[in-house]
Amino acid sequence: MTGRDLDPTLLRLLGSDEPELDCDECFAQLARHVELELRGAPADELVPGLRAHLVGCPACAEEHDSLRALLELDSVS
Amino acid sequence: MPAPDTNPDVSALAVAPALEEWHLDLHAKGTRRDEAVARLHGLLLRAARYEVFRRRNSLPQVSTAELDDLAQQAADDAAVSVLRRLGDFRGESSFRTWAYKFALLDASVKVRRRTWRDREVTLEPEHWESLAHAAPGPDDDAESGALLEAVRDGIRSALTPRQRQVLVATVLEGVPIDVLAERLGSNRNALYKVLHDARRRLREHVAAAGFPEVGQ
Repeated sequence: MTGRDLDPTLLRLLGSDEPELDCDECFAQLARHVELELRGAPADELVPGLRAHLVGCPACAEEHDSLRALLELDSVS
Repeated sequence: MPAPDTNPDVSALAVAPALEEWHLDLHAKGTRRDEAVARLHGLLLRAARYEVFRRRNSLPQVSTAELDDLAQQAADDAAVSVLRRLGDFRGESSFRTWAYKFALLDASVKVRRRTWRDREVTLEPEHWESLAHAAPGPDDDAESGALLEAVRDGIRSALTPRQRQVLVATVLEGVPIDVLAERLGSNRNALYKVLHDARRRLREHVAAAGFPEVGQ
């Protein structure tokens, strides 16, 4: 049984052993990562550890999604 | 001739620099600074309102006026944070995006805390037994049952009381990390480190129990 087969609750309990940023480091890189994503650049490669943090931290993930959505809204208004 | 800038991390940042120059006046004095601060506040209020109203379903009992007040408070707090941390802005993104994140953070934390204001947060470690809802059903195999038991045993025996408390509250009880931090007199980053260490210990325990591939 691999991590991918796990029940979602077990996945959230166990996390992953992938290196990740902490919340402060994620916040420091958030704007850069979202802009890179929106430009189609390889954001996860250029900001290593941020994606893994978003998987483990729902609060930071929500703020990442909000920033991306707000910038997308700005771009069409 | 300078080498062409092939770094996508930098070259794509040259987005309408003239539109961004106003933020330099935040370092000025007098009227120029006052005007720049007002402009900054307008930007932050837009982001805070966006975030608060995007999450309004989590606050169905709260009036529009109260939601807007929450956004105003978030914008005020974010303006203080941005002005205090201006020196951290290194041009790795546009200034607008960099400033937005402060308003989104303040607004989302305020909404989470308002949502949980009148709700009890269970901090008793024995409540981890709620993991039972993740138990395998009759169609699941014995391996799943053994893994679940290893996780339960790990929560019971491999974690410190603080690690157990944070893991159970955030993952099993669904308490937002900012709400838990407020109740425990801590902060998001410190609690996330506790959660990260708890997960690592749990993975080590589960691996030693015969599931080395789990969590990889």
